[in-house]
Amino acid sequence: MGKPKVAFYWCASCGGCEEAVVDLAEDILKVVEAVEFVFWPVAMDFKVKDVESLGDGEIAVSFINGAIRTGEQEHMAKLLRKKSGLVVAFGACAHIGGTPGLANFVNRKKIFDWVYFNAPSNDNPGKIIPQEKTKVEVGELTLPEFYDTVYTLDQVIDVDYYLPGCAPPPDLIMKAVEAILSGNLPEKGSVLAPDKALCDTCKRKTTKPERASIKEIRRVHEVMLDPERCFLDQGIICLGPATRDGCGERCINANMPCRGCFGSTSRIEDQGAKFLSALASIIDMNEEEEIKRIIDSIVDPAGIFYFYSLPASMLRRRLDI
Amino acid sequence: MCTGRIDPQFVLKAFQSGADGVLILGCHPGDCHYKEGNYKALRRFHLLKRMLKQFGVDEGRFRLDWVSASEGEKFVEVIRDMVATVKKLGPLMTDKEKLRVG
Ligand code: SF4
Ligand code: SF4
Ligand code: SF4
Ligand code: FES
Repeated sequence: MGKPKVAFYWCASCGGCEEAVVDLAEDILKVVEAVEFVFWPVAMDFKVKDVESLGDGEIAVSFINGAIRTGEQEHMAKLLRKKSGLVVAFGACAHIGGTPGLANFVNRKKIFDWVYFNAPSNDNPGKIIPQEKTKVEVGELTLPEFYDTVYTLDQVIDVDYYLPGCAPPPDLIMKAVEAILSGNLPEKGSVLAPDKALCDTCKRKTTKPERASIKEIRRVHEVMLDPERCFLDQGIICLGPATRDGCGERCINANMPCRGCFGSTSRIEDQGAKFLSALASIIDMNEEEEIKRIIDSIVDPAGIFYFYSLPASMLRRRLDI
Repeated sequence: MCTGRIDPQFVLKAFQSGADGVLILGCHPGDCHYKEGNYKALRRFHLLKRMLKQFGVDEGRFRLDWVSASEGEKFVEVIRDMVATVKKLGPLMTDKEKLRVG
């Protein structure tokens, strides 16, 4: 029997998830040994027609990173879905939308206006913007449709498993690959990481506020950060209470608060709302005007509570545009 | 249900399910059966209202007020006022197709 065929593809992605595979270091050799790559545009020279020529379900597993922002990405996701036995959403962007998903606070028009006309570095007197179809001498050139809304992978195709994180850490990637190769897989739809909150394993949890105790909310550059004390106790927003464990507290160990890249545990439907609730509970103030003042000091609540998860949230995007 | 039990996810769920407005009514400050529930609700409310604005949900669509069991008249007044505000604002746009929800 031949080696299992594997595809690795990127959609609206920064490339960091591709880098994460390289970060497997010598473990990558084990993977290369065990599988046959049939598609991996960032690393090897395959064409779309190579995928098209495969039979349905012939690819054992496709790892897809990045969110869905264009028609081409959706098309490729659908093609890989058809050709694959398993599809794994690889990384925060595919899993919950990731930082590209923050664009759901605006729309295509606002993005184009900024990028092609209003950004200070622009010089576009002809007011040229990309067109889906452009006639040129030799024929018609096409570009994929740029959507108004950024989607998670599972909003456009059926997804079997999720590898969380921006980017997923090497130990979880290797565990997932081993599980797939051995066929020892959890229930379909599982996130391949522990189902508990980051705070549960955080070294700082002994100082995590249990009741209303903070009177100010601060930003990381405004204070000298205590390297031992829970960020929330220092008045710093840390998404740990609403975020899934499994990253090894990468940010916390670098003395930075969590921004939620692992998404939430299975019991939480909306990561941002869950965090909002936790934060409001620990603000030590009952006087309405003071409450408003403290809350107004948070510069961009939605942007921070949904730093990675806006497309996967209940409302998914800004509704009035 | 005590207002302190109202998870912000309930409010989002209501908007997601097509509600054009959400009204939370609780016991007056100092009167909460669980002592602090309504203060917690007040903090969540202000934070959620601010966040909903960023989602393009007009302030008028989300309201918290205190009405005790004996204040029938106030209850009617608050409801009337809320209904009038939401009617004026019209339906909240939740473009199911654009959002790709069922
Ligand atoms: S999850 Fe992070 S590393 Fe991966 S593509 Fe998205 S932004 Fe890049
Ligand atoms: S809130 Fe952040 S710093 Fe505090 S215990 Fe949780 S993860 Fe650790
Ligand atoms: S601490 Fe939070 S943001 Fe940082 S890697 Fe872990 S889950 Fe992601
Ligand atoms: S019992 Fe808490 S608000 Fe009424």
